[in-house]
Amino acid sequence: MSEPERADTKTVLVSLPYHLRNLARVEGDVRLEVPPPVTVGAVLNALEARYPALRGTIREYSNGKRRAFLRFFACQEDWSLEPVDKVLPQAVAEGREPLLIIGAIAGG
Amino acid sequence: MSGVRVLVGTRKGAFVLTSGGKRRNWKVSGPFFAGWEIYHMKGSPVDPKRIYVSQTSGWFGQLIQRSDDGGKTWHQPGLPDQGLPAPGPPVALPNRFAYDTSAESGKPLTTHLWYDDTQHPWEFKRVWHLEPSLTDPDTVYAGVEDAALFRSTDGGENWHELAGLRGHGTGSQWTPGAGGMGLHTIILEPGNPNRIYIAISAAGAFRTDDGGVTWKPINKGLVSNFMPNPTAEVGHCVHHIAMNPARPGVLFMQKHWDVMRSDDAGESWREVSGNLPTDFGFAIDVHAHEPETVYVAPIKSDSEHFPLDGKLRIYRSRTGGNEWEELGKGLPDKDCYVNVLRDAMAVDTLDDCGIYFGTTGGQVYASADGGDNWRAIVHDLPAVLSVEVQTLK
Repeated sequence: MSEPERADTKTVLVSLPYHLRNLARVEGDVRLEVPPPVTVGAVLNALEARYPALRGTIREYSNGKRRAFLRFFACQEDWSLEPVDKVLPQAVAEGREPLLIIGAIAGG
Repeated sequence: MSGVRVLVGTRKGAFVLTSGGKRRNWKVSGPFFAGWEIYHMKGSPVDPKRIYVSQTSGWFGQLIQRSDDGGKTWHQPGLPDQGLPAPGPPVALPNRFAYDTSAESGKPLTTHLWYDDTQHPWEFKRVWHLEPSLTDPDTVYAGVEDAALFRSTDGGENWHELAGLRGHGTGSQWTPGAGGMGLHTIILEPGNPNRIYIAISAAGAFRTDDGGVTWKPINKGLVSNFMPNPTAEVGHCVHHIAMNPARPGVLFMQKHWDVMRSDDAGESWREVSGNLPTDFGFAIDVHAHEPETVYVAPIKSDSEHFPLDGKLRIYRSRTGGNEWEELGKGLPDKDCYVNVLRDAMAVDTLDDCGIYFGTTGGQVYASADGGDNWRAIVHDLPAVLSVEVQTLK
């Protein structure tokens, strides 16, 4: 990797729901190196590459789409229905705010 | 020293119950995978330390877990336990069940019948049943919803569909049962690695004689009055099938009403409900050493999934069906409105065959004398989805 590319790579915070933290064997928010552009898709790619146990748990294996009972939030906005290649807010890209992956409070 | 290990899958985690050969004192371990639905867990008959688990959730999808130490520790096959994964594309995809859509696999299907008679896309939801190979601890079959059969030959690290089942010609007429269109029964015939029986709710029973390449329906003799054609080739809601390994080709079936028997590997079936007070139910199993001794857990009806008169009872036939006796010593006599699901009954192979079943009320009952006497070995688990037993010698 060239020096300019390494300098551009961002450290992004991701907040996972309880069960996914257990699967990934992490406590608290996850820090990931994500090359720009920092999009939801790029963050999830980096998350799954670092934690293979999470593959298929956030995005469907069959079509890569967000699983129905999960939603994405950033800077208090719902990003669940945004295109996955849309660039996230600067605060998320710079690690000042997390990308929140939240499970629906549904069912028992 | 002999003993048993009972593998209990529940709606909120897995439990492992262990006891010595007398099956009197029990140790309860768990919950493992707390909070997840554990549809099924089963050990390899070749290596009793090898156990496979179907861990599933509506939120996070399907995971496969494996133990190589008899249930003490677990891991997703092929994935790094800790630390960084190896660079490059992933080699192991233990949780990926991709339907085979290649033309080479033989008439791949994309739709099946839906509740409203329209065609509905085939969609993977979960693994209902895991069946380890009788000869190789790294080979294991998975029955999934929407119905299909998968096989792994690398210990669960990767799965491939045996597409000939969905592609043999009747798949477009398969419909889901109330709980989904699940492939819930897989029976591997001892001594004949090419023969496999499977059953689907609500498509019926099927058999392969060439290791899964080609399949045929085996539902002749089944009568299902809810269908426009009650004796159709497919569409029957088979709940479960059991076979004693010492009597290959003799099958016992609990379907949506009726207990059935086949003596010719499913080529034909006859009803053996006999004097059962109700022949609706889900679970069925066969005594480990008496191939004509069969157990069922009758449920009042398809509209009321609980025991008759609030009495939890198992029924046993020592004649391969038709003549049934009530077993209730040690089981609740009143105010009991639980169900016994299709994969929630099992037998061990100790000399005095033990019978086990779990209920949706969270109890696991055991009999150490072939069903004459019962006691609850745990009372308050989450709803039990499956029970399997490993006999440890």
